[in-house]
Amino acid sequence: MAERSFFLFLLLLFLSSAVEFSASIFEDQVGLMDWHQKYIGKVNHAVFHTQKTGRKRVVVSTEENVLASLDLRHGDIFWRHVLGPSDAIEAFDIALGKYVITLSSGGSILRAWNLPDGQMIWESFLKGSRSSKSMLLVQPSVGAEKETVLLAFYGGFLHAVSSIDGEILWRKDLGSESLEIQQIVQPVGIEVVYALGFDGSSQFAAYEINARNGELMKHESVHFSGSFSRENLVVSDGVFVALDASGSILVTVHFQNGEYSLQEMRISSLLGGNFGKAKLLGAKLPHMFALRNDKLTGFLKVTDEGKLETLERINNEVSISDSLSFAEKQRAFALVQHNDNKVEFRVKLGHEWNKDLLQETVNIDPNRGHVENVFINNYIRTDRSYGFRALIVLEDHSLLLVQQGEVVWKREDGLASILDVTTAELPVEKVGVSVSKVEENLHEWLKGHILKLKGTLMLATPEDVATIQGMRLKNSEKSKITRDHNGFRKLLIVLTRSGKVFALHTGDGRIVWSLLLRSLRKSEACTSPTGIRIYPWQIPHHHALDENPSVLVVGRCLPTDSGPGVLSFIDAYAGKEFDSVAPTHSVVQIIPLPFTDALEQRLHLLIDANQRAHLYPRSPEALTIFNREMSNVYWYTVVAENGIIRGYAPKSTSVNEGSDEYCFDPTDLWSIVFPMESEKIVAWVTRKLSEVVHTQAKVIADQDVMYKYISKNLLFVATTSPKGTGEIGSATPDESSLIVYLIDTVTGRILHRMIHKGCQAPVHAVLSENWVVYHYFNLRSHRFEMSVIEIYDQSRADNKDVWKLVIGKHNLTSPVSSYSRPEVKAESQSYFFTHSAKAIAVTSTAKGITSRQLLIGTVGDQVLALDKRYLDPRRKTDPTQAEKEEGLIPLTDSLPIIPQSYVTHALKVEGLRDIITVPAKLESTTLVFSYGVDLFLTRLAPSRTYDSLTEDFSYALLLLTIVVLVGAIFATWILSEKKELREKWR
Amino acid sequence: MEKGKGVMGMGRRWAVDFTDNSTTARDFPDPPGFTRASLDQDDSAVSRQKKDAEANWKAQKAWEMAQAPFKNLMMMGFMMWMAGSTVHLFSIGITFSALWQPISALQGVGKVFEPYKDSKVDLLGPKLVFIALNLGGLALGVWKLNTLGLLPTHASDWVSSLPPAQEVEYSGGGIPLH
Repeated sequence: MAERSFFLFLLLLFLSSAVEFSASIFEDQVGLMDWHQKYIGKVNHAVFHTQKTGRKRVVVSTEENVLASLDLRHGDIFWRHVLGPSDAIEAFDIALGKYVITLSSGGSILRAWNLPDGQMIWESFLKGSRSSKSMLLVQPSVGAEKETVLLAFYGGFLHAVSSIDGEILWRKDLGSESLEIQQIVQPVGIEVVYALGFDGSSQFAAYEINARNGELMKHESVHFSGSFSRENLVVSDGVFVALDASGSILVTVHFQNGEYSLQEMRISSLLGGNFGKAKLLGAKLPHMFALRNDKLTGFLKVTDEGKLETLERINNEVSISDSLSFAEKQRAFALVQHNDNKVEFRVKLGHEWNKDLLQETVNIDPNRGHVENVFINNYIRTDRSYGFRALIVLEDHSLLLVQQGEVVWKREDGLASILDVTTAELPVEKVGVSVSKVEENLHEWLKGHILKLKGTLMLATPEDVATIQGMRLKNSEKSKITRDHNGFRKLLIVLTRSGKVFALHTGDGRIVWSLLLRSLRKSEACTSPTGIRIYPWQIPHHHALDENPSVLVVGRCLPTDSGPGVLSFIDAYAGKEFDSVAPTHSVVQIIPLPFTDALEQRLHLLIDANQRAHLYPRSPEALTIFNREMSNVYWYTVVAENGIIRGYAPKSTSVNEGSDEYCFDPTDLWSIVFPMESEKIVAWVTRKLSEVVHTQAKVIADQDVMYKYISKNLLFVATTSPKGTGEIGSATPDESSLIVYLIDTVTGRILHRMIHKGCQAPVHAVLSENWVVYHYFNLRSHRFEMSVIEIYDQSRADNKDVWKLVIGKHNLTSPVSSYSRPEVKAESQSYFFTHSAKAIAVTSTAKGITSRQLLIGTVGDQVLALDKRYLDPRRKTDPTQAEKEEGLIPLTDSLPIIPQSYVTHALKVEGLRDIITVPAKLESTTLVFSYGVDLFLTRLAPSRTYDSLTEDFSYALLLLTIVVLVGAIFATWILSEKKELREKWR
Repeated sequence: MEKGKGVMGMGRRWAVDFTDNSTTARDFPDPPGFTRASLDQDDSAVSRQKKDAEANWKAQKAWEMAQAPFKNLMMMGFMMWMAGSTVHLFSIGITFSALWQPISALQGVGKVFEPYKDSKVDLLGPKLVFIALNLGGLALGVWKLNTLGLLPTHASDWVSSLPPAQEVEYSGGGIPLH
């Protein structure tokens, strides 16, 4: 028995030492090196809680498919649900004051959530047969009823759903192919549901349905001489308003009391001369509606007699909220106008246009752009009068709560939709500043260390422990805005979908500066601009240290490939745009070149839709550099739709007048055409430009050497059979196979090709050094798999003579050309892997010496670190002693998932999209930034921090030990002296 | 320590030796059969004989000295065998002592044979044997170093930190950006 327990103890010891390469941290280390930020995205719709449930919260749905309940006092998230990318929320409302009802996934899924805690109560799947608009109608609760009927329109069917359990009470098929139902209305207190829409392009159709059983009571259609556009609105339960296709004629249909009468009116006659093409604004207002063209907004009132009256024309950009009923049958709505830096917030009563119930001006940072949406809510002031507050969604996707002319809180929800990330170094610390600071804090420093010492010696009281923890979390060192010795402090510069650029501090994740890019805002020249990528433009190094680093933001005016591009250059310290290029040639690819000019500005090639290359920066110096290196610059495009990869080289420009000397025509070099019927490109990946590799040799067991094939011009492409691109399980194993290629992008040579039979997409891959790791689904074994391919250069394999190496007679350091067609050897192995993956990345360190870890974004929105050693094609079932010494792990069929190696520990990065690794200056350490709806940053040391002491290393203990030792030396010396003297006297 | 010496020096400075050995030694007679005078006597024949014997003795001792490293060598060999071929503190310590001992011995060749220096004794032979044996010990040490893998005798030792070769061409691109 004793023996067995000893054996167990040994086993435990071994296991604990085997876990060493997992990235686990202790519980009290959470938050020391990592930060996590929760966001929700741009708010589409907001519903405030009704009076009954306490009015401290608001429920919002966002463009990132998030349903969240926010605290109205601070803007914190009470609860949040991130629905998948295919599960967009179409509509939502609060029913009975306690359920949130959402209609999502194109309208096919109806869910009810508990309002206080966000738990799902029921889920109901609606069936439809046609594609149609989806709508949700929830009757406002009047009394204290227990149940209400929800009306949901999806796929040509009107469904009545019980609010208690989601049971479908009845469903009614509405119409035929040509019928498009646009509005579902149920006037309060009437058991008739009106379904209004268009039958064909010029027929107005209306259905009256019994709300109790879904019986069709009446069908009516009215003919219109023109044709309808799809913009329409129901104004105050009895009037349907639509525009004709040209946007110049307003059509109103009165449908109360079973009578249907159609009226046409020219917009110009209502709103004056040349109003132009109008749009209906979607705000639901009492007895009125708003029209807008690109210059002004007009308000029209529908009178009781059915006439239209013009109320006001406003020249500025204006946002209108839905109306809100308060007090006794009073309805109010908000108008928000932008005047320079100020936002004018007006609340108007529904029946009195000329009187403003409330008028406030709010100062809003002009860097937030104009107001996009506004939602109002009322509250009762202490003097029993009504106050109003508004949630304002701005152009940069931030959310503000405005109350009494003040911004109560703001949320930077633009950060939920990051498009691209780059980093910049912080400025170097000024010597004088740091010294004085340290002297000031010497006492504090000592106190802190003594506390830590107490902690180490287990003498600390619980309060002391709390103080220590607080001190560690609030460590001012990590949030300084200066460069640190280890390179942990950097600026993460992120480009968001709203066109706003944020600089986040890697220490604590706070926003150092933010900038709404002028060039990425809507203008006449640029109607729907979007950002594409962000690149480091200038990284001051040796001879340009006085310059600030800068980044390049590339955007596009139209969402199509041929849309003109916009470039913007931003100073990374000041957060100011110092230069921009107005809409110019289209941009489909951006290639940072490995050359910089005298100011350390990196040369970039921007490829337009015609495959012409444009050189930036546009300076004669850059042109000289490029002309010198041009013969060795190539580019390629992967056209996934057609299954073609093409390689190009720039053609030298003929120097004639009028032509752009910074523009180079392409020369077609090579192309790889995949057979469309059997192969479809599903994934491609290249090496990161910034990746550093330490050595070209890999030392294996018995001191043998393998030479890695390290090339930046390596492209990994995965194709599957067209059937294999669908959902998992949609193809049988015989129908789908995965083929992977390694392609040299200079010559178009296929270095390696491999077929995985019975495997299918989705494929996620990462390429680093001389290896590629990819993740796919194996249909035969019905499991996910990860494979690795390592490529070795056989043409160098003969370099094994020691004497030749000693005297330097070898070709290992001479430059290599892809045209020399080096012989390569590929080794590969596959392993089962339990999780599906959302993204795969690899750690990168400053010098590339530290071993690498794979970072896998799991389906649960976490990041898992997996040592690259597990994915070694040389793993075998029984490695020899020498191979074990080399660090080869015995072969297993599946990759282990060690719970401690979750980088995100207990947190989730909701809606995870990508993982970025940034090397720190300390070789052992790398920064990992993962983003989705949430942001998460941590520090990783794949081989432990072998080059520095840990942060909680107790210097005080060290000092104390030294002092004690010196003291002991003196004491014993004195004692020995005394003894010697006594001996002598004897 | 400086201070300590000072204290001790002070102590000795005033110490008075009350027992005067020089005077009392003469008081009692020499033991029977011991004649002080015969010691001082100088007899050439006796002295030559004595010198020959001494030379012989010296030569013998020198040879013994020359062979001494052999025992050392055997012991080293045994210890190396015990240490095994993996790199750890013990094996490194033994290997380095095995390297250091012969080197220090070789440095002090002249000193080792100093006492046996005699015009009549030929020290070349013993010296050569001594050097050879020490060189053997050194070789053993180097061989051990090699078995530990600490000598750069493999190609991997010369290329393991060789940076990747520069590439002539540069290519970039990918899928059209959306």
